[in-house]
Amino acid sequence: MKIKIRETLRTVAEYLNRGKAPYFLSIGLTILGFVLVYLSPRSIPAFLVFAAAAGLPYFLSIKKSIKLALAVLVAIVLVPVLGARNIFYLEVIFQIAVFSALALGLNIVVGFSGLLNFGYMAFYAVGAYLWAFFGSQQPFLLHAIPGTAPIGTQFFMAADWFYLFIFLGVIVAAIVGLILGLPVLRVRGDYLAIITLGFGEIVRQLANNLDKPLNLTNGPQGITPIQRPTLPDGVIRFFNGIFEPLVGRPVTVNQFYNILFYLIALVVVIVAIVITYRLDDSKVGRAWTAIREDELAATAMGIPANKLKLGAFAVGASFAGAMGVLFAASRTFVSPESFTFLQSVGVLTMVILGGIGSIPGVIIGASVVIILNLQVLQSFSLFLSRLRQSDAYIPIINFYWRDLSNQLDPSKYQRLVFGIILILMMIYRPAGILPAARRKRELRVAKLEADSASVDNGNGGNGLPDVDKPAASPKEDNHA
Amino acid sequence: MRRLIKSAGLREILLPLGRMAVFVLGAGALMSVVMVVLALLCRGSGADKLLLSTQNVNIVFYTMANLPQVLIDGVTIGFVYAAIALGYTMVYGVLEFINFAHSEIFAIGAFAGVEFLIIMDKIGVLATSGTYGPYLYLTLALAIGMLAAGGIAVLIERTAYRPLRGAPRLVPLISAIGVSFALQDIIRLVESLTTGQFYRVIPTFGNFDDKILLFTIQTASAPIKVDIQVKSVIVIAAAVMMLVGLNYIVNATRIGKAIRSVAQDRDTAAIMGIGVNGVIAFTFLIGGALGGAAGVLYALKFTRIDPFVGFMPGMKAFTAAVVGGIGNLTGALLGGIILGMLESFAGAYLGTFTMGNFGSEYKDIIAFLILIIVIVFRPSGLLGEQISQKA
Repeated sequence: MKIKIRETLRTVAEYLNRGKAPYFLSIGLTILGFVLVYLSPRSIPAFLVFAAAAGLPYFLSIKKSIKLALAVLVAIVLVPVLGARNIFYLEVIFQIAVFSALALGLNIVVGFSGLLNFGYMAFYAVGAYLWAFFGSQQPFLLHAIPGTAPIGTQFFMAADWFYLFIFLGVIVAAIVGLILGLPVLRVRGDYLAIITLGFGEIVRQLANNLDKPLNLTNGPQGITPIQRPTLPDGVIRFFNGIFEPLVGRPVTVNQFYNILFYLIALVVVIVAIVITYRLDDSKVGRAWTAIREDELAATAMGIPANKLKLGAFAVGASFAGAMGVLFAASRTFVSPESFTFLQSVGVLTMVILGGIGSIPGVIIGASVVIILNLQVLQSFSLFLSRLRQSDAYIPIINFYWRDLSNQLDPSKYQRLVFGIILILMMIYRPAGILPAARRKRELRVAKLEADSASVDNGNGGNGLPDVDKPAASPKEDNHA
Repeated sequence: MRRLIKSAGLREILLPLGRMAVFVLGAGALMSVVMVVLALLCRGSGADKLLLSTQNVNIVFYTMANLPQVLIDGVTIGFVYAAIALGYTMVYGVLEFINFAHSEIFAIGAFAGVEFLIIMDKIGVLATSGTYGPYLYLTLALAIGMLAAGGIAVLIERTAYRPLRGAPRLVPLISAIGVSFALQDIIRLVESLTTGQFYRVIPTFGNFDDKILLFTIQTASAPIKVDIQVKSVIVIAAAVMMLVGLNYIVNATRIGKAIRSVAQDRDTAAIMGIGVNGVIAFTFLIGGALGGAAGVLYALKFTRIDPFVGFMPGMKAFTAAVVGGIGNLTGALLGGIILGMLESFAGAYLGTFTMGNFGSEYKDIIAFLILIIVIVFRPSGLLGEQISQKA
C-alpha cells in the first residue's frame, strides 16, 4: 500500500515534469504565492506557498535561462515588495539567507571534509565583533566601565567602511579558522568535535568577560549602537518611485535598511553558493571527499591531508565571518548571547536535516529550520495564548485552556525541536532530506549490494565519515 | 577458596580508597606548592601592594592563609566531577562513544532528588525529623535521583543509541547531542508545567549548612578559622562510597567481569556467551545512577538547579575523564580531583593575583583550555597506558 502511494506520487511528479507543464507550474505557483501573500500578509500558509514556489523551479526540468529569470524576479522584485508590506517576512528571509551561508560554510567542514565542528558560531562571533568594535564608539571606550559611555562619543570609523569590513571579516575569520584548525592535524572524529565545542565556548566566554582590563567587548551587555552603511541620497525616493504603487505605501528608512541588508545577504549567499559548487567539483573538493572517506588511503595517494583540512576550516569559517559583519550591522547590536552552543548546534541541525554535503539540501535545511522557528512555532505559541484567553475547553477531560500554564510557549522550545530533528534524522535518514548527488549514487550501490547479499546494511553510505579508529584515540594506545 | 574471594573483595575496597587518598593528597600538595611558589614570585608586584593597602597582608601570607579552605572546596567539587566523569568513562570504555547526554542525566538526577525533598518539605516531615531524620531523607533523595537518572540513561540507550550501533562514529555522537538538547527542554517543559517555574531550590533542612571548625590559624591581626560545611563532608563521603562501590562492581563481581570483557572486545565477548546488550544497558544504568547521585550532591552543595545545570559540570567532568585517560576508571577519579582543585584555585586566586583584571569567571575558560591541550598533546590522558584498569 505504502509503495503504491509512492509510485503514484512518482508518476504524478514525472507527468508534471514533462513538456510545458513545469513552466506553467512554477510560474503559476509563483504568481499564486505572490498574490496570496500580497493579499493576506499575515497568513503562514500563504507564505509557505510562496516559499515553495521560490524553491520549486530548482527541481523541475526548466530551461536554465528561465530558471534564472524566475529566481531574479523573486529575489529582486517580489521579495522586497512583499517585505516592504510585511517587514516580518523580510526578517524571515534575511535570517534564511544568513543561516544558509552559515550552513554552507559548516557544510564544507562537516559535509565535504568530514570534520565535525561544534564551535562554528565562534567564527560568526569573530566577524560580528570585528565590525561591532570598529563600527561603534568602542575603541574610544577602552577604559570605560560598561554602561558608562560618555555622551557624545564619536564613532570610530565612517559607516561606509562596512563594505570593506565584510571582506576583512572573511580574512580574519579564516585566520581564526586556521588557528583552530591546527589541532585538527592531530585529532579526528569525536575528539575533534569536543575540541571545537570547547573553542566555541572559549570565544563566547571571552566575549562575555573582555570588558576588563581593556573594555573590548563591553561584556555581557554587548556593543551598541553599531553603524549601518549610509544610504546614497535619493535611493529611497527612487525605490518608492518604482514600487510605491505595488507596495501600497512609501517605505521608511528603517524598512529600506531591512531591504538593503536582505540584498547584501543575498549577494553573500550567492557568492557562497558559487564558491561551494566550484570547490565541490574541483580537485580540492575531490581531495576533501577522499580524506573524509579514508584519510590513510588519501594520504597514500599523495593528497596533502593536513593542508586541505586546514583549508576546509578556513573556507568554512570565512563564510561565517562575512555573515557576522553583516549581522552586527543589521542588528546594530551584538552580545555574547547570540553565539551560544545552541546556535552552533542549530546550524549543524540545518546541515544534517537538509542533507550533509548537499548544497541545495543545506539551503533547504536552513529554510525549514528558520521557518519552523520563526513562524510555525511562534504562531503556535500565539494560537495557544489565544486559546488561553478564550473559554474553550477539551470536552471529555474537561480541561479548560485558560488553566494551561503560560510557561508552555512552543517558540521557546528550540532545543527540543533541534534535538528531536537530530535524533530522528540520525536514526531514520542520516543522509538528509535531499542527499548529496554523490551520496545518492553510493546509497544506490550500497542498496544493490545489500539486496544481492540480503544483508541488512541500514547504515550503508550514510552522510558521515566512517572514522573507525582515530589515530590518537586512547583505545588505540591501550591496545598497543 | 572462599577466603581468597573475600580477600580479593577487600582488596578492591581498600585499593581505591588508597588511590583516592594518594590523589587527593598528591594533587593538593602539588597545587599548594605551585601556588606558594607563584606567590613568592609575585612579592612586590602590584597585586602584593594592593593586598597590603586593602587588607594589610602580603601576598604570600594571603595565599597560605586561604590554602586550607581552597583545598577543601577543591576536593568537594572534585569528587562530584569524578562521579560524573565515571559515567562518561564507563560508556566510552564499553561503546567507544561520548555520551553527550550524560550531563542531562545528571540534571535529571538532581531534579528527581530535589523534587522529592521539596515534596517531603511540603508535607512537613522534613522539619520535624529530628537529628538523624534529615540524613535518612537525603539518602532517600540520593536513591531516587540514582533510580531516575539510571532509568533514563537505559531508556536513552535503548531508543537513541542502540539503533545506531555499528554506524560511523559521528552518527551516535550527533544523536547524543540531540538527546542532550531534547532532554534539557523536556525537563524545562515538565518543570514549568507542573510547578510554573523551571528552576528549583533545595529546601533547607537538617544541619547541612552548619560548619565544623577544623582548626584556627593564629595571626597577628584576627585569627583565621578553617572550617568545613557539613554538606561538604556529606558530598565527599557519599562520593567516596559510590566510587568504591563502583570499583567493586567493576573489578570484583561477575557482571563487572562481563563489562570489562565487552569493553575489551565486544564480538569475542558475545561469542563467549555474554549478553552484550544487557551488559551495555547495565553500564548505562550504573553510569547514569552515579551521575544522578552526583546531581543530588551538586544540588545539595549549590542549592539552586535549572534544566541547563548539567552543561558546565558535564563538560568539566568530560574534561576530567579525558585528563585521566578516557575509558579508565582510576583516571576519571584522578581527573576529577585535578579539575576540582584547579577550579577551586582559579576561583580563589585568579582575581587577586591579576588585581581583578581576570576574575574567577575565567575558570571555565581554563577548564576548556586544559581539555584542548590534553586532547591535542596527550589524547590518551595521564593514565591512558594502563590496560588492566580499563572498564
